Amino acid sequence: MNRIHKIFLYALLISTAAITLSPIVWMLSVSLMPAGASSTYPPPFLPDDVTLEHYENLFTRLNLARYLLNSTVIAVGVTLLSLLINSMAGYAFAKYRFRGRDKLFRLLLAGLVIPAQVTMLPLFLMLNKMGFINTYVGVMIPGMASVFGIFLMRQYMLSIPDSLIDAARIDGAGDFMVYWRLVIPLCKPIFVTLAIFTFMGTWNDFLWPLIVMTDDSMYTLPVALANLMGEHAQDTELMMAGSVLTILPVMLVFMVLQKYYIQGIMMGSVKG
Amino acid sequence: MIDRMISFIKKIRAKFTSTSSTGYSKRAPYLFLTPALFMITVFFFFPVVAALFMSFTDFDIYGLSDIGFVRFIGLSNYADLLNDPLFWTALKNTFYFVLVGGPLSIAVSLGAALLINSRLVRFKSFFRLMYFVPVVATLVSVAVVWRYIYHPRFGLLNFALDKIGIEPIDWLGDPVWAMPAIILLAVWKNFGFNMIIFIAGLQNIPEELYEAARIDGANAVSQFKSITLPMLAPTMLFVGIITMIGYFQLFAEPYVMTQGGPVNSTLSIVLYMYQEGFRWWNMGYSASLAFVLFLIIFIGTLIQLRVQKRGYEG
Repeated sequence: MNRIHKIFLYALLISTAAITLSPIVWMLSVSLMPAGASSTYPPPFLPDDVTLEHYENLFTRLNLARYLLNSTVIAVGVTLLSLLINSMAGYAFAKYRFRGRDKLFRLLLAGLVIPAQVTMLPLFLMLNKMGFINTYVGVMIPGMASVFGIFLMRQYMLSIPDSLIDAARIDGAGDFMVYWRLVIPLCKPIFVTLAIFTFMGTWNDFLWPLIVMTDDSMYTLPVALANLMGEHAQDTELMMAGSVLTILPVMLVFMVLQKYYIQGIMMGSVKG
Repeated sequence: MIDRMISFIKKIRAKFTSTSSTGYSKRAPYLFLTPALFMITVFFFFPVVAALFMSFTDFDIYGLSDIGFVRFIGLSNYADLLNDPLFWTALKNTFYFVLVGGPLSIAVSLGAALLINSRLVRFKSFFRLMYFVPVVATLVSVAVVWRYIYHPRFGLLNFALDKIGIEPIDWLGDPVWAMPAIILLAVWKNFGFNMIIFIAGLQNIPEELYEAARIDGANAVSQFKSITLPMLAPTMLFVGIITMIGYFQLFAEPYVMTQGGPVNSTLSIVLYMYQEGFRWWNMGYSASLAFVLFLIIFIGTLIQLRVQKRGYEG
């Protein structure tokens, strides 16, 4: 009885995994086919001849290196800045007593119910006035500080013993030194978690860069890919190569650091 | 310039290190908070208030060139919404996506979590990782890929359906099937996320409860109904709310795959908001759409909190 049960379970698990992964595997496979090879019936799952021409075309004819650079600068920039800004705020909320602290924290949390789309129209006008449309800064601004990031940092920092901080103070370290030399090293795991969240969220973001980047040379990869879709919808293999390149960097980051990412989701859900 | 920067840094450092009698600096927490509060106030809370004001004006392409053209028109935008058939279409489509796609996503997530959490299964973390891959993948990329999977002639899906004797369907070209196609993509893309949360919730249920039930002779189905589901209620509430909030913001899938068509059958609220605001520059009207979205999400969250609370008590 248990054996049949077990076989059934594994069959279900493996077929679900196959269905889940097949679009991604298919994307990779088609990106290696010669132009037009995928538009036949029955649809081929694996390439007969492997070619890298579409990847070459993306870089030589379609300016992909530029989009890769744009996406990288924006995602890395937002990640580093938001780590610094959110961790400082999280530290203040976790380890200082000051007037209005809890009220302020609750007010920030309440802001979480407002969808980001509400802010986009005025934000666009503001950035337009400041000359930040079509700039990296313009795309990066809304991601630099986040309530979610502050929340994660605070939750983690609450577990740092006060005695440790007091000891550093008695040794003569100023507030900023304590934060920089003691708190940050102790918070490495949550820094990694928030870094992955921010990096992936920024890399994969679509609506905001679509609004801010109106000039072709400033597109991020997802925006460029959606734009390419308009002109090259018939070039299936080329579009797949573009999709692979867009996904690849986040996949690599995820595969290397997945432990921290999954822990982060659980932390956010259990304590949230 | 550099001199000024150095003296500025010195001043800040002095503020950080000036300590009160207890050894704690009074100013330090405020200085630590300043960058975050500045960014959030100026680039989040202020735009929210500004958007509310905008929704009471006729801000359009003329206003964009000269703010002097913008007039206060009260609730006219909201009144216009009520008479706008496209708004109702977008609203209907968005609710379709949330009310069908949301529960379906959650059910698949829970199913996957139960499978992986089964005592008989090994390689749990391997399967968990495999199921999680679509969550990480860039939405625009997978939307592009699925557009080809849905291709009426060469698509993988119709090929697979043909094997089991189902006639080909023009997934993205038929107004009846376009939204189900987008829902299928969303379920595939998102189920891994909630699955992780459900696995965490399942692991928090004490094993003794199941042992006691087994001694009482309860079968798997009744164990699921009387132990698993009630114990998962807080997780379910959390998952329900975040899924609903995310799904109401449907945008990139229809933008990439259907541009809202065919015959507006996949036009969502956010897509309509984007088109009105950033394609036609009807920014006042678009702002009123954004606030309707906010209101709906807010009410939806309240309803879920209320219903689930009643579920606990009854």
